[in-house]
Amino acid sequence: MRSVRQNVVRRRGTGLASLWRYLLAGLGLAALLVGVLAVVYLTAPQSAQPIAPDVSRTKNTDNGLFVASFAPERGVVRQGELQSWLLTLKTKAGAPVEGAAITISGGMPQHNHGLPTSPQATDYLGDGRYRIEGVKFTMSGWWQLHFAISATAGSDTVLFNVVL
Amino acid sequence: MKRLLCFLALTLAAILAGCGKPDFSDAEKKTIASLALNTLPLLKPDTTNRFADVPAAAALGSTLFFDVGMSRDGAVSCSTCHKIDRQFQDDLPQAVGVGRTNRRTMPLAGVARDPWFFWDGRRDSLWAQALTPLENPLEQAGNRAAYAHYIKARFGERFERIFGPLPDFSGIPLNASPLGTDAEKAAWNAMSDAQRDAVNRVYANIGKAIAAFERSIEPAQTRFDRFALDLFTGAEPKDGAAFSREEILGLKLFIGKANCVTCHNGPRFTDNGFHNTGVPPVAGLPPDRGRIDAVAQAEADPFNCFGAYRDGDVSACGELRFMVKDAPELIRAYKTPSLRGAATRPPYMHAGQFSSLDEVVAHYAKAAPSVEGVSEIHPLQLSDRERAALVAFLKTLSE
Repeated sequence: MRSVRQNVVRRRGTGLASLWRYLLAGLGLAALLVGVLAVVYLTAPQSAQPIAPDVSRTKNTDNGLFVASFAPERGVVRQGELQSWLLTLKTKAGAPVEGAAITISGGMPQHNHGLPTSPQATDYLGDGRYRIEGVKFTMSGWWQLHFAISATAGSDTVLFNVVL
Repeated sequence: MKRLLCFLALTLAAILAGCGKPDFSDAEKKTIASLALNTLPLLKPDTTNRFADVPAAAALGSTLFFDVGMSRDGAVSCSTCHKIDRQFQDDLPQAVGVGRTNRRTMPLAGVARDPWFFWDGRRDSLWAQALTPLENPLEQAGNRAAYAHYIKARFGERFERIFGPLPDFSGIPLNASPLGTDAEKAAWNAMSDAQRDAVNRVYANIGKAIAAFERSIEPAQTRFDRFALDLFTGAEPKDGAAFSREEILGLKLFIGKANCVTCHNGPRFTDNGFHNTGVPPVAGLPPDRGRIDAVAQAEADPFNCFGAYRDGDVSACGELRFMVKDAPELIRAYKTPSLRGAATRPPYMHAGQFSSLDEVVAHYAKAAPSVEGVSEIHPLQLSDRERAALVAFLKTLSE
């Protein structure tokens, strides 16, 4: 009889202790997880951070002189091929900008290299649309195209991000 | 406590088991699919060479490719360095023709898909490329007047059936070229414009025939391609297509942490671009600045896309027209080579600087600065296991 009671007490005691241990172990694991995540987060290279450059295809130019749109002439971006894009320039009031001189530069900010080609504005198609030929993206990633625009209304610049 | 240990052991086992399976993220699967050979598009027509897809031109081109008569000393052909049983390369650090050159012979699989030719891209079409070694004193060392006479004497009728009547060669010197010896240059300068044009036209057609042949040299399917296809379709890998854990790790590194896929992209594992990756120069070879010095050569070549010997219209000349001419990053920039078959063709780099893939991986991990210009690559922390895994993966592109 005595021994049975003792057993009961002991078992209950053991039960409580093991629950406590589980809780402690759980907390320990959580702490470990937080530690590991912190190490991963702190030591991860910059490129592992999510980067979300502004990829909008229509923008105000840097000094607000024009509204510029930049889109592939045939609608789709294809990696590794020479493509024509259209740069459309309008005034704030929505009038097409004609006779603009456009120079293009750019590159990949994360790779410290420029464009693999020298795109040029080759044609004016009317309604503020300029054909930009010789655009080629040779790798996936974040590309930048910088336009210097000079028209009768003045000179301005605009940067477009293209992420492949 | 026992239950806790059991739980921990099971969790650990599950994690480890997960590592062994080809467990790729959707982004990784997309990248792997983009590298597989089945995504290689059909070869586009070359409008600058209207004989590019004429079978008789390709047949004559193959004859010329293997003909040692196409050299000054009668001992060297295209195939001397582009060996048919060696992926059309020669296993040497620098090619040896009539003399020893300063560059590694490039393999030819898929060459017709390149926008630029040679390690530095000094030619802009396959047919213009084929003409260059013919007159290089270290390669085939001939001259274009001699080649024109040789073609007429040896292949006259066959040549005319493809390219039309050969011009009257009476009065054309046996040896003459704007690029040859002083005597050959003098002879070239003494010729009339019409004679020079007649010789150049025959010469261009030699290149067009050889290019037509070379268009048939395409990359073959590898174990990687079978693995990628199975991954894509969800089929159970068969016939040795399954990757070992080491090969899977190598593939993950290739498309991930090691950044190889940045330049070695697409089904040919090349971006067709030029990059300075800090590959050291070879002592004893002439100064070599890569792409920066090739730009002027491509522009000056009379057989380039803007030249008089191009077929079709000028719309095919986009690469030349929109070529980058003076960026500092062109200094010591060399073409990204395809990695298909690379494991079985050491040595590596534009002058055979590295004798094994282990050395190549070590170079890219260390990322030493360039002797001139700025290297685009950055140091990588790779363990010995990871380096070995990258090499193991590269071998799957040769099996």
